Amino acid sequence: MVFAIVLVLLVIITVLFTFFSPWWFTPLASNWGSIDDALIITFAITGFVFVAVTLFMALAIFKFHHKEGRKAAFEPENKKLENWLIAVTSLGIVGMLAPGLVVWADYVNPPSNAAIFETVGQQWSWNFRLPGKDGKLGRAAVQFVNYDNPLGVDPNDPVGQDDLIIEGGEMHLPIDQPVKVYLRSLDVLHDFYVPQFRAKMDMVPGMVTFFWFTPTRTGEFEILCAELCGIGHSQMRGIVIVEQVEEYQTWLSEQVTFAEMMPPTEEAESGDATVGESNVAGEGTDG
Amino acid sequence: MSFFKTVTSKPWLDDEAAFDAAPGGGAGTLKTKRVGLFIFIGVATALFALFGVAYYMRMMMGGWHMLIEPTILGANTVVLIVGSVLMQWASNLSTRGNMRRAKQAFFAGGFAVLLFLGGQYMAWQELIALGCYADVNPANAFFYVITGLHGLHLLGGLFVWARALLRTVDGADDAAISASIELCDYYWHFMLLVWLAIFGLLLST
Amino acid sequence: MVEHEDEQSDDENHEPTSFLTKYVWSQDHKVIAVQYSLTAIAIGLVALVLSWLMRMQLGFPGALEFIDEDAYYQYATMHGMIMVIYLLTAIFLGGFGNYLIPLMVGARDMVFPYLNMLSYWVYLLAVIVLTASFFVPGGPTGAGWTLYPPQSILQGTPGYEWGIILMLTSLVIFIVAFTMGGLNYVTTILQARARGMTLMRMPLTVWGIFIATFMGLLAFPALFVSGVMLLLDRVIGTSFFVPEIISLGDPLAYGGGSPLLFQHLFWFFGHPEVYIVALPAFGIVSDLLSVHARKNIFGYRMMVWALLAIGVLSFIVWAHHMYVSGMDPAFGFFFAITTLIIAVPTAIKVYNWVLTLWRADIHMTVPMLFSLSFILTFVFGGLTGLFLGNVVVDVPLSDTYFVVAHFHMVMGVAPIMIVFGAIYHWYPKITGRMLHGAMGQIHFWVTFLGTYAIYFPMHYLGFVGVPRRYYSYDEIDFIPESAHDLNAAITVAALIVGAAQLLFLYNVFWSLRKGEKAPANPWKATSLEWQTPQTPPAHGNWGKELPVVHRWAYDYSVPGAEEDYLPQNMPRQPFEKSGAHDPHDDKPVTDLQESDK
Repeated sequence: MVFAIVLVLLVIITVLFTFFSPWWFTPLASNWGSIDDALIITFAITGFVFVAVTLFMALAIFKFHHKEGRKAAFEPENKKLENWLIAVTSLGIVGMLAPGLVVWADYVNPPSNAAIFETVGQQWSWNFRLPGKDGKLGRAAVQFVNYDNPLGVDPNDPVGQDDLIIEGGEMHLPIDQPVKVYLRSLDVLHDFYVPQFRAKMDMVPGMVTFFWFTPTRTGEFEILCAELCGIGHSQMRGIVIVEQVEEYQTWLSEQVTFAEMMPPTEEAESGDATVGESNVAGEGTDG
Repeated sequence: MSFFKTVTSKPWLDDEAAFDAAPGGGAGTLKTKRVGLFIFIGVATALFALFGVAYYMRMMMGGWHMLIEPTILGANTVVLIVGSVLMQWASNLSTRGNMRRAKQAFFAGGFAVLLFLGGQYMAWQELIALGCYADVNPANAFFYVITGLHGLHLLGGLFVWARALLRTVDGADDAAISASIELCDYYWHFMLLVWLAIFGLLLST
Repeated sequence: MVEHEDEQSDDENHEPTSFLTKYVWSQDHKVIAVQYSLTAIAIGLVALVLSWLMRMQLGFPGALEFIDEDAYYQYATMHGMIMVIYLLTAIFLGGFGNYLIPLMVGARDMVFPYLNMLSYWVYLLAVIVLTASFFVPGGPTGAGWTLYPPQSILQGTPGYEWGIILMLTSLVIFIVAFTMGGLNYVTTILQARARGMTLMRMPLTVWGIFIATFMGLLAFPALFVSGVMLLLDRVIGTSFFVPEIISLGDPLAYGGGSPLLFQHLFWFFGHPEVYIVALPAFGIVSDLLSVHARKNIFGYRMMVWALLAIGVLSFIVWAHHMYVSGMDPAFGFFFAITTLIIAVPTAIKVYNWVLTLWRADIHMTVPMLFSLSFILTFVFGGLTGLFLGNVVVDVPLSDTYFVVAHFHMVMGVAPIMIVFGAIYHWYPKITGRMLHGAMGQIHFWVTFLGTYAIYFPMHYLGFVGVPRRYYSYDEIDFIPESAHDLNAAITVAALIVGAAQLLFLYNVFWSLRKGEKAPANPWKATSLEWQTPQTPPAHGNWGKELPVVHRWAYDYSVPGAEEDYLPQNMPRQPFEKSGAHDPHDDKPVTDLQESDK
């Protein structure tokens, strides 16, 4: 009896908590409202099932708790009821899954007009790379990493010469421009996670992963790491600043290219052809 | 009774047939040991299959070089096949009641596996002499790990074999020896199949 | 492992006489079960204390100065691994499996008793090796219980020196122990059932343990493979899982390995592992509900089929742990579908549990309270699992506190509720005494309400986006101040719930001597373990004659019977409808009941 009352109370608390507690989604700042919607659909369906099952259990305990002379029914099964329940459950599952899969299809297919940038994780900091005006990122690999070349851009790849190397963990993005993020790691697993963007993806050493999003709100957003990466995991922070295109262009024009960063000797070997392009590199990134 | 029929029966109804369908022979019987052995074979199959999958997946990644197959592996394979054939022969002889010859074949069948293990050891030496260490090439590492585990499983089989031999010397009754022979027979065949699969995987890649 | 196949079993049932053979080197499944359970609970207590320390850091950062980053990650890792493997897996299969299987199917012991004994001692060795890692230089590994490479074997992760080596070694040893035990459980169920005990007459407890063990036998090899390979990567520098990387400024000699390969292998084990823990709990809760509600479990056949379906399906859902791991996103479609399909048989089980309560005669005993609370927590945890299984919904929630809350609900709290329920239920059979009821009630209410207070609000931290495995949440802008208060409140609840477990332990030891003497069948249950000639059952379980089974395990409140239960070994009575029936006769059962009256 007490238990039945407690069950009802728990249901009431659970529902009230959901609607009135201060803890809810961090305000969205990207196009992924559809993820939130899929989540809400899932929440609604599962929430209904939770309330229904718990209240049914409370009712059963209330009605059928032991009393002198009570005898239980003998009811091995009820095929019809069970089949109905299977059918209804399957329907609920489809109701959750279908929107989920539709949004997933969207999630894994970046739009063709997406700009690109690369983020490189290492214990325990973030660095970034933007393509130059050719709109392409040069080849990169761990073997090329050295003091002057922290991201391991291939010095012999002409495509990479005009890439903008952004150190210091602060990245800028223009608002409302879809962007495909390439992710690399130099050491262990990391995960590029900005709570306001919803989207995230692991960074795996030895491979390049990706995801995409469109920032829809200007402001500063913190980048966190969401895959345990050693003792500095919780301190691995970066910043994404979403701003209007004009401000973005100003910022972009202040960035240095890979070729500019390299010490003169190597530049002489492979970079001279691209030095001239570096000053205007920024204008190509939106394409 | 088929499995499907079993799990669709309605157990709350009276079922006289339940008495006829008494389950296994209980502890200590050959049938029970056989079931236990088969389940173990299932576990070992899962283990080696997963190594195979890992091998295949790792092969797709970087830093992979062809394994230099030790030349002795062919000879080892023949020895293991001979061991398996001898065990089968021992098993056939023991079912026909010719226990004296069966024991001899049983002894020889185990001995062949010992020989095989010696050969595998030589294969390892051959690779090491060539400088094919585990840390220079994942294919080498897989070779050492998989053959090592295969060898450990064979050692487990040899342990049973050796105990049965000791009991033969102690004059255990024929039924007990015959049971050991049957179980070893299954296991020998299984380990041969595993080896052939490993060898095939190595040869084909 | 196979070497003991032909171990002679103790057919003559010589009672072991010396203390050593009776309680230490015992081959009696009941003694081994107690050994397994006590060891599991002992190491579980260590994990409980670790969780306290972690919660202190999260709720009151810096309050305990000795908890630095290293220590925090080490506690988190060891807590997780101990709870999942060394406590839950060991106690459900090594403990309850060992105790209940032979008694419930009417056997004298496991079919390979020597192997069974060896299983326990090897398990103990695994626990000792694991514990040893607390005392080696660098301490235990802090790689997270998933041990993802490359991080787990590199500098920058605590315990990379020795801790990780001992952890992997211990896991490999555990798997050997599990295999030896598992062969026993499965073979005993297949081969040593009493006369008349068809598979479909077995209690669902046995079914749950049976399928869970089968899954374990097939899934643990994946952990074995990944463990051995990771160990080699760490110790001799092979490159199975580690690509070319630069660790804290130094280029390493590794090259070409695949971190994702490890994840696939790990979760190919790891997901079935969830069900290896859950299925025995499913089985046990079915029986507890049935006994204490005096009603047959609703839809027994469907329950068995659901167990089988879950067992099979759980091998093709593993990558739902890897939606944002960087694997080919196309896999997301497949694994989301399989994952949500597995919800159907799971839901059926829930429906049948609550339908068992309908028109029942519910006795609110302590085991029943735990069982009912299991339903609630399992439903909660199962439903939140749908969020994480539903691929795109997982994206914002993965690696947040939503995940932590979810898996603690579904495979922490829910199975532990059943561990408690089962102990309260079977303690009288094991010891011959009842556990103290009032202490049990207090233990129950604190545990039930306390765990709900811990994990329910934790989901909402996940909605906020609070990432898991963070030593500190200092200066993270998007996390509101109120979330820190919530964290502190959760910590207080966790400390209280933890303390309540000490009351439980006190009860267990107090009742051993002072508890009320238990009758042979205090709950008036039908299944065979309650029908033994002695309580606690003597060596060999059944005295001179093995039981003969005449009915299924759920003849409660059978129309026409005087008592509200008919033990499985009670012959068919005159009032029961006799005679053969056509197995394909699909006449609704209610008709049969009507004609009985």
